[in-house]
Amino acid sequence: MERTEDYTMEEVLQSRKAKKFNLWLGMIGMFMMFAALSSGFIVYTASGVDKGIKTILPNTFIYSTIVIVVSSLILHLGYRATKLEQLGKQKLFLLLTIVLGVVFFVLQLDAWSVLTERGVYFVNNNASQSFIYVFTGMHLAHIIAGLIVLVRCLWGALKPIPFPDNLFRMNLAAIFWHFLDLLWIYIYVFLLLNQ
Amino acid sequence: MSSTVISHGAAHHDAHDHHQETFLTKYVFSQDHKMIAKQFLITGIVMAVFAMVLSILFRIQLAWPDTDFPILEVFLGKWAEGGRIKPDFFLALVTIHGTMMVFFVLTAGLSGTFSNLLIPYQLGARDMASPFMNMLSYWFFLTACVIMVSSFFVESGPASAGWTIYPPLSSVPTSIAGSGLGMTLWLISMGLFIISQVLGGVNYISTILNMRTKGMDLWKMPLTIWSFFLTAIVGLLSFPVLVSAVVLLFFDRSVGTSFYLSDLVVQGQILPNEGGSPILFQHLFWFLGHPEVYIVVMPAMGLTSEIISTNSRKPIFGYHAMVYSLVGITVLSFIVWGHHMFVTGMNPFLGGVFMITTLIIAVPSAVKAFNYTATLWRGNIRFTPAMMFAIGMVSFFVSGGVTGLYVGNAALDINLHDTYFVVAHFHLVMGSASIFGMLAGVYHWYPKMFGRMMDTKLGYLHFWITFVCAYLVFFPMHFMGIDGVPRRYYTFTAFPFMDKWFSVNLLITWAAIIAALAQVAFLWNFFASIWRGRKATQNPWAANTLEWTTPVEHIHGNWPGEIPTVYRWPYDYSKPGHHTDFIPQHVPFSETMSSNLPHDFEGNEEAIRIQNEWNKENKREVIEG
Repeated sequence: MERTEDYTMEEVLQSRKAKKFNLWLGMIGMFMMFAALSSGFIVYTASGVDKGIKTILPNTFIYSTIVIVVSSLILHLGYRATKLEQLGKQKLFLLLTIVLGVVFFVLQLDAWSVLTERGVYFVNNNASQSFIYVFTGMHLAHIIAGLIVLVRCLWGALKPIPFPDNLFRMNLAAIFWHFLDLLWIYIYVFLLLNQ
Repeated sequence: MSSTVISHGAAHHDAHDHHQETFLTKYVFSQDHKMIAKQFLITGIVMAVFAMVLSILFRIQLAWPDTDFPILEVFLGKWAEGGRIKPDFFLALVTIHGTMMVFFVLTAGLSGTFSNLLIPYQLGARDMASPFMNMLSYWFFLTACVIMVSSFFVESGPASAGWTIYPPLSSVPTSIAGSGLGMTLWLISMGLFIISQVLGGVNYISTILNMRTKGMDLWKMPLTIWSFFLTAIVGLLSFPVLVSAVVLLFFDRSVGTSFYLSDLVVQGQILPNEGGSPILFQHLFWFLGHPEVYIVVMPAMGLTSEIISTNSRKPIFGYHAMVYSLVGITVLSFIVWGHHMFVTGMNPFLGGVFMITTLIIAVPSAVKAFNYTATLWRGNIRFTPAMMFAIGMVSFFVSGGVTGLYVGNAALDINLHDTYFVVAHFHLVMGSASIFGMLAGVYHWYPKMFGRMMDTKLGYLHFWITFVCAYLVFFPMHFMGIDGVPRRYYTFTAFPFMDKWFSVNLLITWAAIIAALAQVAFLWNFFASIWRGRKATQNPWAANTLEWTTPVEHIHGNWPGEIPTVYRWPYDYSKPGHHTDFIPQHVPFSETMSSNLPHDFEGNEEAIRIQNEWNKENKREVIEG
């Protein structure tokens, strides 16, 4: 060590491991929030026969599910490209993921309009139906965060930042985006089971 | 694994980032755990003073309901017209007092300060896992504080539905003045606060699990770290649930949904909402709310363990039992929330289940209380101000905890619910106990934070007045509660059956005022000592933990050069055979041959053989047991 304040390589590695662990913990926290909403939904829906979703979920949700799953796969390809130091491919796949993320966002909003056309409003005396909006809306809030993370990755790749930083950033972004993908699948299955 | 790819460039890049410090990066947007700890502490103290002033205001109303205090009108304007606090404002005072104390002072002020300060220091880490998230955590917290305080400057006043903000009172903006904009600000503030706590908590857990120095296995961690670790886990699992509760409440209030609302007539108007369940909110709220009381008290327990052991010059009694009891409290804290809801029409069988889980919590809690006492037993006690506060913490925890057995019992709680008995119970067991734990921590680690000592005499003055007055305030409330006096009532003269408690109310208010004045001694001591206190030595309490091996002057990265390696647990005090009454964690066993015991080597046969040889050569007899 040349300077006393310098971190050793071991310490930097340790700190990266810890940051990645942070992300996992954060995801546990996010999951708890949706778990609370799920239990709220179950308790509420069980409170009367007039409660419940009482409509068929819009087909748009099927399309948005396909879109987000594909986006996850593409991001995985992007991550592999990053590992192989193929910067061009990384940028392309990142861009594609961001576009698909935006498409997912738009499709979810479209599903809302399908619901409102059917008379399934957010402001509703059967709050089970309001819950659909809360689940999807809270998930979309996380999608916005995910998109910001992806844009930051793309920015890093465009600059480009040093390889280890780029790879680390990409790794975290991929974990988070896959989580958002799985979270949506959980929400969708949960709502389907209760429809 | 990708994240293990690294280059020299990256290591230096990370290290040199912090070399050019400006005023802004050092004192304001600091990413250094020591500075963030101080920011949390000072913000927490400011919030505590604010919340204390609120409590004095409502105590004045309770003691002198029929007297005018024109000065109140000068400061509070229309909320104290004619010098008398209005009922709506009284409710706002108790609400914001509770919110600030529970969340801003005893959660952020306590965990935020000491987790940030001690986790890297005591574990031997350069900083937190993510210093940036740590900084964000503080700034979200400060913003939450500012928004909460700002609700005093809106025309309809701050939130006033109680710190538990039960709907429908909180969710119908027209129900009372405080449920207007004030309540919206409360919800925004709490949303930011939760983000702050999750960011902080995630960092604490990750740092503890990933960034310990060499030799620091989990069973060598000080109890402070164990308590911060488990507190952060409780927070991580419970705070997001409050987000859900708050989001749904927000929609009910501001958008018109009916998650919690049903069949309401407010001020002659029939509300359109139907089908909602206010009980749903209570379930979601208390799923956080009860773990929250352990979030408040567990760090205080950790600090107390450390301080009592250091100042008794004895190993903590039952280290493993202390850890397991914290783990027990952590697990149980998630399955007791229903005891807040015995009177909501809960199925008595379910009530019975919650009652049993609640009463079981008494077991790990009692283990802690007994172990504190056993640590003190025949110790070589040094009554520093920190030690006084730590013992005070144990005292409050015991006297408040005993009444937990009463209110945890459904048959009794149905009578005691919402009376002053409950107020007395939780103010002792989590309010006073954790405030005392926090103050103990401030006195003990002040030299580490500011490089100077606090004044001891002022410390004793602060302790004795606060200790005696806290009991004078809360102890009589038990009797009022048993007599059925309800909490949150505005005036005691309106109901003849409460007349006999009038003089007791006077006593309580005077005690509260004197206790509040005693805090001036603390504030003076705290702030003046930053500049005028006696300079601290590196290890002023002769303690074993790693933070005392860092230089007095704060440096980035905490240790110049290598981080010390840890060889032993943190409680080797007064070990027979050693020439001093403490052996810091970084002292290897090879330097303490005269005091080593066979179990120190954890089954390492080679080490035991060497020790035995040494014992033989030096004619040392080891009697263990």
